[in-house]
Amino acid sequence: MFKKSDWTDQKVEVVIANLLRAGVTLAATVVLLGGLIFLARHGFSRADYHVFAGEPSDLRHWQGIAHAAFALNGRGIIQMGLLFLIATPVARVAFSVLAFALERDWLYVGIAAFVLLVLLYSLSGSAI
Amino acid sequence: MNNLEFTLLVGLGSFMAGFLGALTGLGGGVVLVPLLTLVFKVDIRYAVGASLVSVIATSSGAAVAYLKDGFSNIRIGMFLEIATTLGALFGAFLAASVPTAAIGAIFGLVLIYSGYLSSRNPVDPPQDGPADPLAARLGMNGTYPSLTGPKQYHARRVPLGFSMMFGAGTLSGLLGIGSGAVKVLAMDHAMGIPFKVSTTTSNFMIGVTAAASAGVYLSRGYIDPTLAMPVMLGVLVGSLAGARVLARTKTKLLRWVFAVVIVALGVEMLYGAFTGKV
Repeated sequence: MFKKSDWTDQKVEVVIANLLRAGVTLAATVVLLGGLIFLARHGFSRADYHVFAGEPSDLRHWQGIAHAAFALNGRGIIQMGLLFLIATPVARVAFSVLAFALERDWLYVGIAAFVLLVLLYSLSGSAI
Repeated sequence: MNNLEFTLLVGLGSFMAGFLGALTGLGGGVVLVPLLTLVFKVDIRYAVGASLVSVIATSSGAAVAYLKDGFSNIRIGMFLEIATTLGALFGAFLAASVPTAAIGAIFGLVLIYSGYLSSRNPVDPPQDGPADPLAARLGMNGTYPSLTGPKQYHARRVPLGFSMMFGAGTLSGLLGIGSGAVKVLAMDHAMGIPFKVSTTTSNFMIGVTAAASAGVYLSRGYIDPTLAMPVMLGVLVGSLAGARVLARTKTKLLRWVFAVVIVALGVEMLYGAFTGKV
């Protein structure tokens, strides 16, 4: 189905551009939605970001974030949108691995796979 | 200040940062952290977390316009991302062990240096140095569109560029900025890649670099959703609007004014760091 000649760098770049746009649009929509829910419920409480406390542990990893978001917690939904945003460049690199493989460029399959591993390691939460 | 007022004010400030950043080509990330810490009195760790997230948004949003122009080089970008992502992880580790005053001081110095860098005129580096055989092996040489048809270029001094990229990644992970200025410096000055190819490829790399440290920031609890929300949305909308207006404005004066603002913020950050206010 995929012939080598079908996949040029130019075509890959167009697919990547569309992928990035879709990711950012999705993330921004979810963040906005969560923000509206948060402001509707807590808009008139005092804002304080001067003292650093760190986020509660359930907003630090994807399982907790998904749980909070499905409970329609405004902060949870925003964090879910931010997670989509962080995942967008990761998806781009994952797609590049595939695209270089279709171009039969094994050196760059290796390079892109290494970058993907670094990103997944960071996201896995084991890199604290 | 209540949450509604805070969200609107921070959103407006972030919009301006994104707008001016796109219009001047200096990026909005570099003024966000000073804005949040100096004006809104936000703890610098939260400020850096929110800034990192907005950097991913603007880089990915702007990439759409750049990628279709055919200037960016995805092989140069991908290879150098090895250095920037490892640097970003290292910077995120440093952020946890370095005192916040030191982060403020480093930020101040970076701001002053960025202001200086942006005052120099972009000139294409001469194509007379020896081509690096490593660049040929890595498939980094390419062409870019010009008025007289596709023009060829060769990358030089790959190891030097690679090391500078590690430094750019570290700064990005420590300060939550895109460090596009350092990335461009590594490509156009060190590696002799044409300016337009350098800037577009750099923009392309910024999102991946920021994602590498954002994961660490998230699991460490440095990314606050209700602070990141107005920052990310404001910067994103601002930079998209800035890119629209860009085609119709003379940016030379604006660029100069923005550079002065950046240097002033840098001095203020340094002062804040030494008086314990940041």
